[in-house]
Amino acid sequence: MSGEDWTFWISGSFAVIGALGLVLSRKAVHSALWVAFTMINLAVLYIANGAPFLGMVQIIVYTGAVMMLFLFVLMVVGVDSSDSLIETLKGQRIAAVLFGLGLAALLVFGVGNGLVNAGTVGLVEANSADGGNVEGIARIIFTDYLIAFEATSALLITAALGAMVLAHRERWIPRASQEELSKARFLSGTHPGNLPTPGVYARHNAVDTPALLPDGSVSEESIPGPLQARGDIRAVDHHEVNEIKEVGSA
Amino acid sequence: MTDPTYGPFGLDPWWLVLVKVVGIFVMLVLLTLFTIWWERRVVARMQHRVGPNRVGPFGLLQSLMDGIKLALKEEIIPKGAHLAVYWIAPVISATTAFIAFAVIPFGPTVSIFGVETPLQLTDFPVSVLYVLAIASIGIYGIVLAGWASGSTYPLLGGLRSSAQMISYEIAMGLSFVAVFLYAGSMSTSAIVIAQEPIWYAVILLPSFLIYVTAMVGETNRAPFDLPEAEGELVGGFHTEYSSLKFALFFLAEYINMVTVSALATTLFLGGYLAPWPLSLWDGASSGWWPMLWWLLKVQVFIFGFIWLRATLPRMRYDQFMRFGWKVLIPVSIAWILIVATARVLRDDVVLTNRELLIGGAATIAILLIVSWVFQARGDRRAAARAAREHEAANLAFDPMAGGYPVPPMPGQQAVGTSRRSRAGVTIVQERSLTQAANDVTEEAIDG
Repeated sequence: MSGEDWTFWISGSFAVIGALGLVLSRKAVHSALWVAFTMINLAVLYIANGAPFLGMVQIIVYTGAVMMLFLFVLMVVGVDSSDSLIETLKGQRIAAVLFGLGLAALLVFGVGNGLVNAGTVGLVEANSADGGNVEGIARIIFTDYLIAFEATSALLITAALGAMVLAHRERWIPRASQEELSKARFLSGTHPGNLPTPGVYARHNAVDTPALLPDGSVSEESIPGPLQARGDIRAVDHHEVNEIKEVGSA
Repeated sequence: MTDPTYGPFGLDPWWLVLVKVVGIFVMLVLLTLFTIWWERRVVARMQHRVGPNRVGPFGLLQSLMDGIKLALKEEIIPKGAHLAVYWIAPVISATTAFIAFAVIPFGPTVSIFGVETPLQLTDFPVSVLYVLAIASIGIYGIVLAGWASGSTYPLLGGLRSSAQMISYEIAMGLSFVAVFLYAGSMSTSAIVIAQEPIWYAVILLPSFLIYVTAMVGETNRAPFDLPEAEGELVGGFHTEYSSLKFALFFLAEYINMVTVSALATTLFLGGYLAPWPLSLWDGASSGWWPMLWWLLKVQVFIFGFIWLRATLPRMRYDQFMRFGWKVLIPVSIAWILIVATARVLRDDVVLTNRELLIGGAATIAILLIVSWVFQARGDRRAAARAAREHEAANLAFDPMAGGYPVPPMPGQQAVGTSRRSRAGVTIVQERSLTQAANDVTEEAIDG
């Protein structure tokens, strides 16, 4: 076998294994990984076939960007969430098998027809026509297929725009920046730091126990708002306070 | 199979390929050990400390000792880990870090054991894209490590890493475009040779600055080290890794630093070409000398990485993303537009001075009009918004407007239940709270 044969059989089998892994995995993240694996093997096949540019772009765009976005979404959804395997559409499996077979038949006959009847020019010739693989692709994209290329990019931009519209949330007022928040905090004239904590008085350790100021009076700031509103404030026993003072000074 | 050779590449005998592969491997490992020591010494100096100086001359063997110790430590695998992915993640990180170096040129053609060969493992027409592709696979290691650890902080680190990589790789790719336009090639060796008269860092300065920024983001180094931000995420993606697996991540990070520095050298600092005063000496760009210039240029970037780490605090995540998407990418696109226009004007269109002046004046006039329109529209919008807010603020907030509990409209103040809002005037109460508290206290004393 020649080098090309070896590459084809190894990378081709890997690509098929990856595709099967995609379908048979239970975890969505594992499926995504199998796709990435398949993509890389397809890229190897492209490169072996004299299309290095396509191979590299395949890895950068599909493995690097698209699958990474998929992974991102899957990870946002959650580590342990698994998909429900109950069919929601009736006859979905049969339809899927039929369409799958149809697609396979189309591909086999289409590609086979191309191989048998169209006659091949050879990659070396195609690549050397414009002085190289990259130059050849550039010429084709920006001359013969310019409109298709631009239409595709317009389609992609429309899709991106749609996603932005769906995800967009109109702000009524601009979000205050860190600087503005900080300034507002100091300009308000109130104490900018932490408020005194409740529950620090002697034996009690509860949020309804007010902190005491040095003169023994209650610091009302130390009690949470809802408790204040309900009047749920633990009474301070001033005899106790005085006792503690005496113990402290003795 | 198409012809696997490209210029002088792909003609080496098998033993020479092996020599080059092993050479690159050894060089990268040694560079990693050196960089860790160098980083610790430099950061120490910048913080008025001494740094490691006990093991070997100047403490040079410190990182070797640390590496051995790290590899021999006990390995702890969390119970919740997804084992297969947990195992493969550090391997992906480390291997991709090594193989990206295959297309970096160290020097021109030299003679090794009687065979004339370029000092570069291989090259092909799209080798810069190859580095980009390998880097994008390498990030999988970090993202998967975060996912497979089965733990919250690593997951957050992995998430950050995937978002960061997508964002900064776009800016990085765009910064290459101007270089490709000028060099007329995407192969690393051709780009180096195309910089013979002048480095692209000089004529394509904006591209260079964008790349240097993006490369720090791409390697997860301070101030962009958000995936492993120890202040927020413990250790980020590698929190749950220990022993040799952690060592692989460590190794990958430092090799990636060297790789992006080497790519920056290749694309913008003339690769192995001798810098100016040395380039006057003919011998400087022949034989093995260029490899020394290459190494020195890479070390300049490495020192930059270390300097950044010692100087800057970590960026906040949202600011980091905003910087990538709203500054780096638009600036890159605008710059590519300018470069492409300039190239077309210079190469294909012959303009008289009069036409140039008229064109320049027209461009400036259009820019002025556009900026004026935007300014006017912005002012109008701000005024309308202020009016709307003012109007809303004048309406008193009714928490049960229409018979249902409703949130406050913009500008309106909710009745606060927090301690802070008590300082405001919105709380309506019959008695002051001080009074209430004192009453309760008195009651307790009396009773």
